[in-house]
Amino acid sequence: MSLTSKDLLGIQGMTADEITTILDTAATFKDVSERDIKKVPALRGKTVINLFYEASTRTRTSFELAGKRLSADVINISTSTSSVVKGETLLDTARNIEAMKCDMIIVRHSCSGAPEFLSKRLKSAVINAGDGFHEHPTQALLDMYTIREKLGKLEGLAIAIVGDIAHSRVARSNIYGLTTMGAKVRVCGPPTMMPRGIESLGARVYCDMNTAVEGVDVIMMIRLQLERQTVGLFPGAREYASFYGLNQARVERAARHVLVMHPGPMNRGVEISSEVADGTPVILEQVTNGVAVRMAVMYLLSGGTNSEA
Amino acid sequence: MNILIKNGHVIDPANKVDEQLDILVSDGKIAKLGKPGSLSTDGPQVLDAAGKLIVPGLIDMHVHLREPGFEYKETISTGAAAAKAGGFTSVCCMPNTNPVNDNRAITEFILAQARDASARVYPIGAITKGSRGEELAEMGELHQAGCVALSDDGRPLMNASLMRRAMEYSRIFDTLIISHCEDSTLSDKGVMNEGRISTELGLRGIPCAAEDVMTSRDISLAELTGCRLHIAHVSTAGSVGLVREAKKRGVQVTAETCPHYFTLTDEAVRGYNSMAKMNPPLRTAEDVAAIKQGLKDGTIDVIATDHAPHGMDEKSGEFDYAAFGIVGLETAVGLTLRLVEEGALSFSEAIRKLSLNPSAILRIGAGALTPGSDGDITIIDPKVSWTVDSAQFKSKSRNTPFNGWKLTGKAVRTIVGGRL
Repeated sequence: MSLTSKDLLGIQGMTADEITTILDTAATFKDVSERDIKKVPALRGKTVINLFYEASTRTRTSFELAGKRLSADVINISTSTSSVVKGETLLDTARNIEAMKCDMIIVRHSCSGAPEFLSKRLKSAVINAGDGFHEHPTQALLDMYTIREKLGKLEGLAIAIVGDIAHSRVARSNIYGLTTMGAKVRVCGPPTMMPRGIESLGARVYCDMNTAVEGVDVIMMIRLQLERQTVGLFPGAREYASFYGLNQARVERAARHVLVMHPGPMNRGVEISSEVADGTPVILEQVTNGVAVRMAVMYLLSGGTNSEA
Repeated sequence: MNILIKNGHVIDPANKVDEQLDILVSDGKIAKLGKPGSLSTDGPQVLDAAGKLIVPGLIDMHVHLREPGFEYKETISTGAAAAKAGGFTSVCCMPNTNPVNDNRAITEFILAQARDASARVYPIGAITKGSRGEELAEMGELHQAGCVALSDDGRPLMNASLMRRAMEYSRIFDTLIISHCEDSTLSDKGVMNEGRISTELGLRGIPCAAEDVMTSRDISLAELTGCRLHIAHVSTAGSVGLVREAKKRGVQVTAETCPHYFTLTDEAVRGYNSMAKMNPPLRTAEDVAAIKQGLKDGTIDVIATDHAPHGMDEKSGEFDYAAFGIVGLETAVGLTLRLVEEGALSFSEAIRKLSLNPSAILRIGAGALTPGSDGDITIIDPKVSWTVDSAQFKSKSRNTPFNGWKLTGKAVRTIVGGRL
């Protein structure tokens, strides 16, 4: 099976079959990364542009490695959004890049909808590498891959996503993906960080973390942006840690086999205690799996099928 | 020049006329109304209006004409042409130009630019200098220079004490204060209605409360000061309720809404459609229902467009960066007639909200087909089906969410001061 769409803009609207295809394909590519010679010729002769309007180390590097391991030519463009507001428009920049004949543009942008805007106007495949508070589809795919790998399935699992849900694209993509795959998703955070109507996306809302993690198979922590304190979303890091920080006592409320995840970068001692963070090898495995999942997405969007991979 | 409009159906709420009549316009004034065929056809130019509605010239009390300062978006001349094309004989232009219309010189400039325009232009002055919300503008001078109302539209006056003083001071001239109700600490960096859709799209929301707390504040202040208050572009069920209750208590408050607030919901933003970005934002189906109810029961007195022209570059690109606002002059009649079609308003009520009511609130003595009054007349074909094509707009700008919409009914003639 292959992907029929030109772009990957979000998990919303994807079918369970499509998600499964990507995850299955990623399993094949994970092997490539484990080899001594970490390269396959799948995207040889293709040009991939990383167009990042927002700072990123992990995601950009992951996409770059994924492209290179598929033998594509990968170019990185990083630019700050503020200079773009005054200068060249997003579309002009993208059209100029496309005029140099590229096949795939990977976009990260602080404005929700920027990748969708480009996808409608460009011939190249567009992959959303995170847009505003909207979606971060490859992060959700790598999270689902990791859960499936560790727990053997997604269907029927209870998963708590904890933190600043309102400003999290990771949370939204995971809610869409996990519910589509049959998991039961709980979201937990202070009401100041809980967007209105989130339950209509298929998640149950909790504001007490101890209740939210009760018996769950997976706890997915969301990074707290400390600067949100200045606009009154929480009183301070100390209080946040005491009500919404993941510590050993809270881990023990979950199922015995609980998987603790974090998309990084972590604020140690705030949303996750060092004790928990260091006792959880899965967080680094998420990063490893990220490369494989992005290889799978790039491969499938460029017309590959999971039977060839 | 004399014009005889024959065989049309006249709707003139002020004079309680709703029947087939001929109208004679002479020397720029309404001369006579009479039974079909009763008026002399000698001399005057004859317009056959069979099957059409003859109504008082429509008045849009909330437009942005962008001149001076933003002539690439619109000028007084192109804005007035758009008004005429949409059936409006008069428009009131908001002061958020550059420089802001906060002094007599700018008001006089606008009036001078409007002298040869194809529709009447009534300026609205700023409440505070530069609409900065810090100190009062010369409200008396603005009033004398010809401003029909005062407003800091687009830059809500957050300082409640200063708003109180402005309202008190306005009583010297009995000037209308128009409030753009938005608590900017609540709307903050929001770009659309806060709710399920903003959560899905990951866009910052503007809660209904941002509008309602300000509506509530200004109603309280109007009650305190006895000023005449008009609430601009009501978009929420909450504000409809607040205005309804205030009117019951006898507060001197009136209100307007815009066609987009009774036609669209925040669903229109899906796909990051920047043509659906405006302030206040499009709300939910419940708000739309409340606004229709408010129009029907008289809580909302006026339909205005908040015509807000912007260049295409300002309306494309990232949704967060796109400008707020849409043009409305050339789609308002067609969209309002949808309300008549669905039974939410009668023709007569709709026309009243587009002519007589704004005239009465602004005290400009228009909005009626009384013999002796200005020959401002709009002829509407209520049956004609047409497709909105923004490329054909007389406005300089094309920013409308209604492009491609099929509408029934439009203004086919707009007569301003007896001129075709």
